[in-house]
Amino acid sequence: MINKHFVLLNKEDNVFVCCRELLAGNSITLEGVTVTMTADITVGHKLSRTQIAAGDKILKYGVSIGSATQDIAFGEHVHLHNMKSDYIASHTRQSKVGKNS
Amino acid sequence: MKGYLRKDGRKGIRNVILVTYLVECAHHVARAIVNGSAQDDVQLIGFPGCYPNDYSLNIMEKLCTHPNVAGVLIVSLGCEGFNREQLANTITSSGRDVETLVIQKTGGTRKTIDAGLASVKNLLQSAYQAEIVPMDISELVVGTICGGSDGTSGIGANPAVGVCFDKLITDDAVCMFEETGELIGCEQIMAERAITPELGVEIMKSVEKAERYYTKMGYGSFAPGNAEGGLSTQEEKSMGAYAKSGSSKIHGLIKPGDIPTQGGLYLMDVVPDGEPMFGFPNIVDNAEIVEMIASGSHIILFTTGRGSVVGSAISPVIKVCANPETYDNLSDDMDINAGKVINGEASVEQVGEEIYQLVREVAQGKSSKSEALGHQEFVLTYKKFEAIGPTCLPTIR
Repeated sequence: MINKHFVLLNKEDNVFVCCRELLAGNSITLEGVTVTMTADITVGHKLSRTQIAAGDKILKYGVSIGSATQDIAFGEHVHLHNMKSDYIASHTRQSKVGKNS
Repeated sequence: MKGYLRKDGRKGIRNVILVTYLVECAHHVARAIVNGSAQDDVQLIGFPGCYPNDYSLNIMEKLCTHPNVAGVLIVSLGCEGFNREQLANTITSSGRDVETLVIQKTGGTRKTIDAGLASVKNLLQSAYQAEIVPMDISELVVGTICGGSDGTSGIGANPAVGVCFDKLITDDAVCMFEETGELIGCEQIMAERAITPELGVEIMKSVEKAERYYTKMGYGSFAPGNAEGGLSTQEEKSMGAYAKSGSSKIHGLIKPGDIPTQGGLYLMDVVPDGEPMFGFPNIVDNAEIVEMIASGSHIILFTTGRGSVVGSAISPVIKVCANPETYDNLSDDMDINAGKVINGEASVEQVGEEIYQLVREVAQGKSSKSEALGHQEFVLTYKKFEAIGPTCLPTIR
């Protein structure tokens, strides 16, 4: 628990996990750096802890949970729009995303 | 602790009469009998299809001879492919009471419902005579499943169930976790926990099979609600789900209906063998719950983040909710508030101990929330399995 909004599950991780909703426009200090939310971040969602380059692994629980599909800035929402599975595509009600070729 | 002693020596924590239909055509009659009996201990299960299937026969036999079950009323239309004679013989051989009604022979809907109500009355009278004996926690079988997972599941609820599992395994109980398709990405670390290297190889193979199978289906075991709850990929969901298994060694790899005879932790391979034939491995959470009950589970620990409300026929389901917002919204349905972990109000160990104590209470007769609300969902469909090999159940401890 690094503050009341975010938790770091493993020191190797490059994402934080939200444990209390923080809406877009709000600022928060994460490990000494102030960052302003660019999107509404709700409970269970991920926020980047570092600059992440396209193709880099996203690390949570100290292990890879997929790869970045584009460059991700520090403090950005990390989700279906900028990462994908290295195993099998995810899907929403509307569409499939991060489809593996 | 006390349990109901069955004539085959197994001990149950509930004393249930099952009414099972063997084809959808007999569903209404069976349901009318259950509804007419108006007792929580008279429960409906069944199989919809008309074609025979070795898997569904095996699972039905295992469910009807489950330690929580005292007796069974079989309701058949008459012309379906399900082998009702073999099912009845298996139940009789286990020392349980069984009666069979064939709608086409009994004279149709009304007469079969009337006959069924009389049968259930007899079965209940006999069930009340069940011997109640001391039962040790080491004789308990507990399964776990996650449903409606989100980004909180892997932080609060799943690791807390893992803590509870470690305690139960220390007590020499049997614990099982499952859904190899939801363990994609964890195969290597899981294989390292196997008690023999050969079992580790089998575990790796089972997850590879799951990946092939789900790829062919075109969808991973990943629902839209998982994504809305912050999970982005199958392997992220898997890592969270994997935490349910705790930290004990893995003692065996079983398939649905295989019943472990030694205490320890078991992984259930739920993905069918061979070329995909009947669609998704398990179409919904309750299909997985049914398989763990068929493998002997007395109690199911169900972790959720989005908020599932289901229960099950035969064995009580305990809900462990990881998401504090969901817990507040659905608290009537949730047994354990693991949202305390994410709120910083309790440790994973404390919630794990809370689950462990509740398992003991439910085993001694306390109703879980879903049980008290009358949830008795049940799903059984077509599947195909080959028997497990000898390396899947090493005998060394």
